[in-house]
Amino acid sequence: MQAIGRVPVLGALFGTRLNAVISLAMLALMAWLLPPLFRWAFADAVWEAANRAACQAAGTGACWAFIRARFALFFYGLYPEPERWRADVGLLLLAVIGAGALLARRHKGWWLLALITVAPVGGGILLAGGVFGLKPIPTPQWGGLLLNVVISFVALAGAMPLGVALAFGRRSQFPVVRMLSIAMIEFWRGVPLLTVLFMGLVLLPLFLPGGVTVDNLVRALIVMTLFTAAYMAETIRGGLQGVAKGQSEAAEALGMHPMQVQVLVVLPQALRLSIPGIINIAVDLFKDTTLVSIVGLFDLMGVVTQSMKDPAWLGLAAEGYTFAAVVFFLACLVISMGGSLLERRYGQASRR
Amino acid sequence: MRRWTEMLCRGATRLLAGGAAALIVGGIAHAQLAPPPGPTAEAIKKRGMLNCGIDTGVPGFAAQDASGKWKGIDIDYCRALAAAVLGDPEKIKYVPTTAAARFTVLQSGEIDVLIRDSTLTFTRSTVLGLDQVAVNFYAGQGFLVKKSLGVSKAADLQGATICTVTGATLELNIADFARSTGAKIDTLLFDKAEEAIAAMEAGRCDGYTDDSGSLAGMRSTLKVPGDWMVLPDLISKEPLGIHIRSGDARWNKIVFWLDTALKSAEEFGVTQANADQLKTTSKDPFVLRLLGVEGDFGKALGLDNDWALKAIKVSGNYGEMYDRYFGPKALDLPRGLNNLYNKGGMHYTLPLR
Repeated sequence: MQAIGRVPVLGALFGTRLNAVISLAMLALMAWLLPPLFRWAFADAVWEAANRAACQAAGTGACWAFIRARFALFFYGLYPEPERWRADVGLLLLAVIGAGALLARRHKGWWLLALITVAPVGGGILLAGGVFGLKPIPTPQWGGLLLNVVISFVALAGAMPLGVALAFGRRSQFPVVRMLSIAMIEFWRGVPLLTVLFMGLVLLPLFLPGGVTVDNLVRALIVMTLFTAAYMAETIRGGLQGVAKGQSEAAEALGMHPMQVQVLVVLPQALRLSIPGIINIAVDLFKDTTLVSIVGLFDLMGVVTQSMKDPAWLGLAAEGYTFAAVVFFLACLVISMGGSLLERRYGQASRR
Repeated sequence: MRRWTEMLCRGATRLLAGGAAALIVGGIAHAQLAPPPGPTAEAIKKRGMLNCGIDTGVPGFAAQDASGKWKGIDIDYCRALAAAVLGDPEKIKYVPTTAAARFTVLQSGEIDVLIRDSTLTFTRSTVLGLDQVAVNFYAGQGFLVKKSLGVSKAADLQGATICTVTGATLELNIADFARSTGAKIDTLLFDKAEEAIAAMEAGRCDGYTDDSGSLAGMRSTLKVPGDWMVLPDLISKEPLGIHIRSGDARWNKIVFWLDTALKSAEEFGVTQANADQLKTTSKDPFVLRLLGVEGDFGKALGLDNDWALKAIKVSGNYGEMYDRYFGPKALDLPRGLNNLYNKGGMHYTLPLR
């Protein structure tokens, strides 16, 4: 027993009798569950087959051939094949500017400005087309993971300024502004996202004059943006409350205009305090984008569900959902890692 | 001062509430009183595009293949309609609609026609103000059960537990059926068909119930399809068909006679392959009228006289469409009610004369 106690990991797992029993039970559970899972996912899996019947004939494990056959569909949806490079370039643009904003040592402000101007405008032009000789691609053809990324980015980029405005509005000394901000925040926090999405889909067409239709994607974008903005506002308000009062008092004593005090002194500190909360919202938002599949948009989840209805590949729910889970996990991991990087870099000031 | 702001606040709230109420009332009133949009066919021709409402995914009716192309009997109908009206089966914007939104999307004018395995019912015709033009698939709620259960018809399902998906109709039909036959049938509910099927294979219930169109597809996904059977009888009527907005009689006639043309083509043996040839060789007056050689049948609909010929050449007659998606090589669902009237089915077409 003493020899075990000296190795820290073993000590933690088998140090006491109770711990030893729990650890052994857990190991037994893993030994029972993992091998079949491994056999299903890897050892007995089929990677190449023309349809489900061929898949089943070839092996008893997962039919990953299904995922391979529809790989492009999962990422681009119905975005026409010769134009898919535009989605790639758009994503690359976003990645480069995002990485720049995260990692650049100088001109951080410019990178951030590019992130909220160049990325959405450039990305939008690339994806939608219609100018500079780019073939216009109507939004119903956007789909797959591309759609999840577009919705999350637009909603987040729109929710950021709106959230800041609402957070300040809620702290405003003017009752009308305060009331409107509170009403706005409470309304959007109080209704389930799914309900609003459905309302946008079912109720909106009834209000609009006959023949006028609003793009389905635009509806979803507006709803997601407002919804995220309400949460963002509360997170940022938390950050604003965390900034010591002495900061604004000192700034005022230096003769700064109240506006300058808020924008140059209070807000930057508040935003820094809110980073963990904002990352939390971003991860949440990214996963929530799957809800749009319920209102007839084909995001990754929508395409996966849809693919299971193809007569050639019926009944492969396990493979489809597993794939979607892995993709979402990886994407959220990237967001989280970017977030912790952001926290470390922008948190330096407080550690000095 | 304080009171002023308070009053201002209260006034603003009231104004907002009033405005919202007026908007909602106005919106609903508008939805009910809105004049029917102009002749649909004209709008389609002007747009050069048919907006076809379809399902978001049901095997055999509408599903995307690996390249993202829509396939299914409902899709073939859309394509035939586009060919008849516009002369080009590719000039279609498919609008996938969910069960909740399908009729709103149609009412709002976003789509010209809804071909989405939707049951034609009294309420949808009257309350929703839709025209139900034609039935393109006779379905009904059926059962998929274990062979070892030893039952041969639905009425024998005494004391069985049936897995199904939530959604009032399926459950309600079972309850009604059990009440009318005096049988005791338990149901086990799931959110998704895949879950229900998995539970059934795991032995948690004796069978699964769904629309007959889906059952065949489900059976093919089982680990040992041979251990399971689809019971021959159906406990509900689900005539799936085509909806359009009320108020455009001419569009109604076009869609109705297109459906008739596709089914008549099967009756007279006109297929995708021999349509062009029959145009010159056939002596049958019905065939000649169908293919636009005799009479001005297309003109009477406001289309070209070879409207039906164009439609048939896109994806064949009704029987060919059925075979493509539900035939032995596909989902393997016996034609049953979906056969022509002279072969024991329900599709009885009005004469073209």
